[in-house]
Amino acid sequence: MTEPSASTTIRLGELAVTRSGDKGNHVNLGVIARRPESYAFLVRELTADRILAHFASSGTDRVERFELPNVQALNFMLYNALDGGAGRSLRSDTQGKLFGTAAQELRLPRGTDPPGAASG
Amino acid sequence: MTIRIANAAGFLGDSLDAPRRLLDASSVDVLTLEYLAELTVSILAHQRRKQPSLGYARDFLTVLDSIRDHLARPDRPRIVTNAGGVHPRACVEAAARRLVDQGVPELRIAGIWGDELTDRLDALRAAGCPLAHLDTGRPLAELDRPVTSAHAYLGARPIADALEGRADLVITGRVADASLTVGPAVHHFGWAWDDYDRLAAASVAGHLIECGAQVTGGYSVRWDDVELEAVGYPIAEVDARGDAIITKPEGSGGRVDRLSVIEQLVYEIGDPRAYRTPDVTVDFTSVDVRESDADRVAVRGARGTPPPADYKVSLAYHDGFTSSVQLVVAGRHCVEKARRTAELIIGRLARAGVTLDRVHIECLGAGESVPGLRPCVHGLQRLEDRQDRSPSEVVLRVSARDRRRDAIERFTKEAAPLITSGPAGLAGYAVGRSASRPVFAYWPTTVPRDLVEAHIEIRTARQWLESAADLPPTSERNDA
Repeated sequence: MTEPSASTTIRLGELAVTRSGDKGNHVNLGVIARRPESYAFLVRELTADRILAHFASSGTDRVERFELPNVQALNFMLYNALDGGAGRSLRSDTQGKLFGTAAQELRLPRGTDPPGAASG
Repeated sequence: MTIRIANAAGFLGDSLDAPRRLLDASSVDVLTLEYLAELTVSILAHQRRKQPSLGYARDFLTVLDSIRDHLARPDRPRIVTNAGGVHPRACVEAAARRLVDQGVPELRIAGIWGDELTDRLDALRAAGCPLAHLDTGRPLAELDRPVTSAHAYLGARPIADALEGRADLVITGRVADASLTVGPAVHHFGWAWDDYDRLAAASVAGHLIECGAQVTGGYSVRWDDVELEAVGYPIAEVDARGDAIITKPEGSGGRVDRLSVIEQLVYEIGDPRAYRTPDVTVDFTSVDVRESDADRVAVRGARGTPPPADYKVSLAYHDGFTSSVQLVVAGRHCVEKARRTAELIIGRLARAGVTLDRVHIECLGAGESVPGLRPCVHGLQRLEDRQDRSPSEVVLRVSARDRRRDAIERFTKEAAPLITSGPAGLAGYAVGRSASRPVFAYWPTTVPRDLVEAHIEIRTARQWLESAADLPPTSERNDA
């Protein structure tokens, strides 16, 4: 297995801001393009499967993606991500608040299309 | 012509200074205070069972004292809040006492109830309502644990009616968060209840401000680029179309821009094409978000369709007990050491004959608070340029859940002995033994609208106290 390097991938946090929260036993993860021109890249690369893989160990059994092209945002539902929900979860993060922060670390293939990442 | 609606509480426990700061800095027509997360309702129901005069957001009383001078003004803002929790009548009477004590006894308080279904579940099932779990479809009859609270989410209508009845303060139990904003807007503009585009637009404004500072730069991944110490709480300037400018008090900290608003737009939503409230079904993909000036963002064009036929119900049941213990684990190989320490706790419990229903171990500091913190590609391969560096200390957190309270209490006693019988490099016992607490699990369901009826009572603060004096204490009354 070849290890991809930083030069061929881009961290999601460079392209998007993220916020997550609880919906019963599910987590919702909003991803908003920092710059509108990055939205098409996110639609192409940030698939439900990639979100599912990134959060695989959370117990998430299915991810559904919704597109909001009007605000250059994607909304993901991570079903059964919360180990029982805010009341029953034994985690520090009972409400799934940290998923948004963790999503910033997801890396996407850069490809040939420079997506207009934020500098710095 | 706009109505200025602010929100200065996003949950029970939010800043007690925010309402006064907001009113000191800004002129608003309505101040909303939102206190009720799903879990908060369970906790308030638990408090009421232990002490029957409680069950509401007592923080609200502190807030009332702090904004007394604003309430005494002739041009005072109206207050709309769900501080009533699971006991709105007790909240209304406690608020009335504060207002009388503060020298404003003629202010009119509306109490709204009828949302509580806890004592009506058998009757609802007898009426053919299965109260099926929204995700699993299981009927409530299959639940073998005791239900501790059940509340329907009421909508904006009783709030608008209370304002029509010249209420200065409107205190509700469970209502949809966005309805705290929609009610005042409908009352102000006189919209029809089937004017779904306007209801949708006002619901978007309500959704945006309901979590307080989360729309003005709070909880942003841009934390290093926003001044948050004096963060301003949000104001929605809603116009006759329902469109709104989202802004914050002049000179306050935080930031309102395209990203701060959209971050909150997508917060805790499911399908953005169908955001459901008791008032309207909102299509979030129809909304236009545009920066109009510094710290001013215009949110326009929301489209709406009729709301669902049923009310959503938030139902909680008792599901055993829980506790957690934490230890600081320092030194070389601290992650392995922490894991070994957790195994000691679990192994010693097993020797004592205690096997817990569920145990969860986290080494905080090693990236275990949430999956996905480590740099990954497709969640599988670690990047060579970001190799793990072992931390020199972690916090071991072991949490457990069990049907038996005594098993959880036995678990909490296994941390302290490790000070002399565990590995070297453990600390943090000084906080004492962890308390056990009940677990309230969540059962989302629905109920037909015609089985729920909102009740509104409006009196001056003085009249509320007089009427309360004629009745037994709230602890002995039923608010059905």
